Amino acid sequence: MDSSTATAAPVTWSAAGRWLQRSLPRLVLSPTLVVSLVFVYGFILWTAYLSFTPSKGYPIHELVGFLQYVRVWNHPRWQVAIHNLAIFGVLYIVLCMALGLLLAILLDQRIRQEGTLRAIYLYPLALSFIVTGTAWKWMLNPGLGIEKLVQGWGFPNFKFDWIVSEEMAIYCVVIAGVWQATGFVMAMFLAGLRGIDQDLIKAASLDGASLPKIYRRIVIPQLRPVFMGALIILAHLAIKSYELVVALTGGGPGYATELPSTFMYVHTFTRNQLGMGAASAVMMLLTIVAIMVPYLYSEMRGARKQTH
Amino acid sequence: MASLELLNIRKRYGELDILKGIDIAVDAGEFLVLVGPSGCGKSTLLNMIAGLDTVSDGEIRIGGRRVNDLHPSERDIAMVFQSYALYPNMSVKDNIAFGMEMRKVPKPEREQAVRDVSKTLQIDHLLDRRPAQLSGGQRQRVAMGRALVRKPRIFLFDEPLSNLDAQLRVDMRTEIKKLHQRLGATIVYVTHDQIEAMTLATRIAVMRAGELLQLGSPAEIYNRPANTFVAGFMGSPRMNLIPGTLKSEAGALHLEIAADGAAPARVFLSRIPEAARAYIGREITAGLRPEAISDKLDGGSADGRPVIEAAVEVTEPTGPDTLAVLLLGGREVTARLRPDSTLKAGDLGRFAIDLSKLVWFDPGSGARVA
Amino acid sequence: MAHQWDSPQMVKGTGVRWSAFVIYGLLMFFAAIYVLPLVVMLLTSLKPLQEIYSGSIIALPHEWTVKPWIDAWGQTCVGLSCHGIKGYFWNSTKMTVAAVILSTAIGMLNGYVLTKWRFKGADLLFGLILFGCFIPFQIVLIPMATLLGKLGIASSTPGLVLVHVVYGLAFTTLYFRNFYVAFPDELIRAAMIDGAKFFSIFFRILVPNSAPIVVVTVIWQFTNIWNDFLFGASFSTGESAPMTVALNNVVNTSTGEREYNVHMAAAIIAALPTLLVYIVGGRYFVRGLMTGSVKG
Repeated sequence: MDSSTATAAPVTWSAAGRWLQRSLPRLVLSPTLVVSLVFVYGFILWTAYLSFTPSKGYPIHELVGFLQYVRVWNHPRWQVAIHNLAIFGVLYIVLCMALGLLLAILLDQRIRQEGTLRAIYLYPLALSFIVTGTAWKWMLNPGLGIEKLVQGWGFPNFKFDWIVSEEMAIYCVVIAGVWQATGFVMAMFLAGLRGIDQDLIKAASLDGASLPKIYRRIVIPQLRPVFMGALIILAHLAIKSYELVVALTGGGPGYATELPSTFMYVHTFTRNQLGMGAASAVMMLLTIVAIMVPYLYSEMRGARKQTH
Repeated sequence: MASLELLNIRKRYGELDILKGIDIAVDAGEFLVLVGPSGCGKSTLLNMIAGLDTVSDGEIRIGGRRVNDLHPSERDIAMVFQSYALYPNMSVKDNIAFGMEMRKVPKPEREQAVRDVSKTLQIDHLLDRRPAQLSGGQRQRVAMGRALVRKPRIFLFDEPLSNLDAQLRVDMRTEIKKLHQRLGATIVYVTHDQIEAMTLATRIAVMRAGELLQLGSPAEIYNRPANTFVAGFMGSPRMNLIPGTLKSEAGALHLEIAADGAAPARVFLSRIPEAARAYIGREITAGLRPEAISDKLDGGSADGRPVIEAAVEVTEPTGPDTLAVLLLGGREVTARLRPDSTLKAGDLGRFAIDLSKLVWFDPGSGARVA
Repeated sequence: MAHQWDSPQMVKGTGVRWSAFVIYGLLMFFAAIYVLPLVVMLLTSLKPLQEIYSGSIIALPHEWTVKPWIDAWGQTCVGLSCHGIKGYFWNSTKMTVAAVILSTAIGMLNGYVLTKWRFKGADLLFGLILFGCFIPFQIVLIPMATLLGKLGIASSTPGLVLVHVVYGLAFTTLYFRNFYVAFPDELIRAAMIDGAKFFSIFFRILVPNSAPIVVVTVIWQFTNIWNDFLFGASFSTGESAPMTVALNNVVNTSTGEREYNVHMAAAIIAALPTLLVYIVGGRYFVRGLMTGSVKG
């Protein structure tokens, strides 16, 4: 076996080549870093700065302290928005989690059509919120939608005009939102259920535990991390909810379904109140940070504990 | 000029000292095995030789050339990994040729080299297959082929047999040994399996907690271990480490073995090495491999070997012999008996001790004194 | 007696039939609720307007018609121009394809660097980049609008591509980084010993073995960018608007008679690309969801 030694000779690099190889990782990462610095952190600072200025249609460069924040908090629309966010947020999270868990448990029973059913529960996530809003707006149309349908079934006094009712419109947003997001929560729970050690369940049933008890005492406590994860994501989605409201109710009737996100948009782009818009955006950010930071911190602490 | 020189190699991760000053010189054609329990730093050392990890202090020289700052591909080495690390998206042929491709070796030469190597390793019928289609042993050979084709100055093996099942491991071990003999290659081999170390190496480096405990031939390591750790780590079943007291009574030298509360046993010693004489009257640890305690008494005389009486606790027939755990002065001692021994648990037996195999350790430091 | 103890349900052999009935019943009920809006949209889009007013939302059309679809595509009014939604459909297509390709490619390189070329502070930098996944985009609307104006690409497809690439990078980097963390380091080391350098390793070893995560990322990015409304509405009105903005415009115009059938047809057209992607790549879609939900 005597091939030429050229097949085996080691290469030597130039000093420039060596420098390049050492710096390439940092060079490659830097555009994204710059983008992050500018478009995320820089922009956040810019918006925060604007929130301390009396800007209206265009930026005014003076500082007026917390004036805009006070104006926002005193604004009736903002108060409605916060009230709505609370109702919507809580219902959205609770219903999505409950339904998602239920569907996941049902699907976990080794149903033959699991794949198809799962696909059905998940497809709303592939849709734009605008499409979802449009579809539900149509279905909730008083006079032509579900109200008419049920009346046609022999309940002439059935009323379902929530979407045009100032009090009830927000619940329509809940319905459409839950419809869209439950599939996601279901998928998370299903993955969690499948990850549970089967030996625990076998041991429990050998001990004579009934099915509901197994679920209640063993399975569900094991799903705690999934609950946390789903909670965070749903809270996140709820706070950011914008497109759904726009398509479903346009913020109406009047501003009965106003949410902080719509408030921000309207005041920034339509009402020429850049300062107020900025202030409301900053508050949205702070709310999300307030939720995420403790969660991330506890996750990282947990992860670090595990590696030791 | 040695093929590989490790000069006072140190490795630090922050506050932690992973390697505390390793000095080894490997000559051309040697098969050096780095062996030790997990965490001893052997894999780290191998990665540093390869250039996959940085050197905190010290120098690595390959072929007399300092390589600390050189990229792995510049060091004239090849490596076989524990998980084989075959590129899943390439055929066996391309896997083997990849290194040459990177060095811009012209195609006809590449193909010839691949053909030669695959014939040597008997994988020439697998050239167009993907790694996923190969068995564990075949993948191992492809990994070796990839290393061989580079004709490097040094081959590095990182626990290459750990992922194979027991029988395959034995077969591949023999293959590697044959390859070494045929090629005369210089090999540095990492394993935690002391049997691999004993069977493959021309020299063994026993490591623990970042330190080199002993560097020597398999025979040296086996028969004259540097300390109690090496004695216990190498060889299976492990060497008996028997604590006792050296006593001289009426001119007769003996080792008295007595665990708390047990009746003492005495092993009469016709001679002991000069260095062990300093321990007369003191405690000492005697090292004795199981095969040095035997039930072959040759008609009662045992030709000069001291004979002891001991109770049998457990017998384990292994096929080629019977391992017996004896109680000697209350201490458990393993002996290698004839395969057809009829002793069973509870029996009292007579055993001869081969004094020439006795090694003495300081009970405090564990270091061998004689 | 050995059972296949797959689920708690099967552990208890008694009462299976009754429980199965309840389970299937519930599942079917929910499935019906889930499918209902889509069915209603479809049916409505195939009916002439009178039937919509006279019949119920789940009634089958007496007179099937595809005119609403044709109208939606080529004639319905979006704002002031009445050329249907086809122009906006193409806007979305151009924007989404460009943004998906760019953000995926850059994210891939980022994931590679962050996992296989660990340098001091790499984890910190990853955390910095990752933060971009969490922010409510309202916080960047104002500065971005200003910047796009200054660069002269406000209200244009390139402008939207820039926005989507910039804010997609955090997600794509996350996806690839999480995937490459599990990619065997020994393959990289073997390649290094073989003499492969930074880009050779990337293109010859990493990329060819990245198919699953590329599919997941592309599906995720495609869905999110196509479905976006906030950025589209904020930065691009008029002729260069994306599909979602046009759809909202069509559906919420309050002038004249409400052509619900056209609205529904437009909505389905808007939803088709992402629905198709979902149907074809469903498994990867779910994987993308799950990865996105694993923080750090």
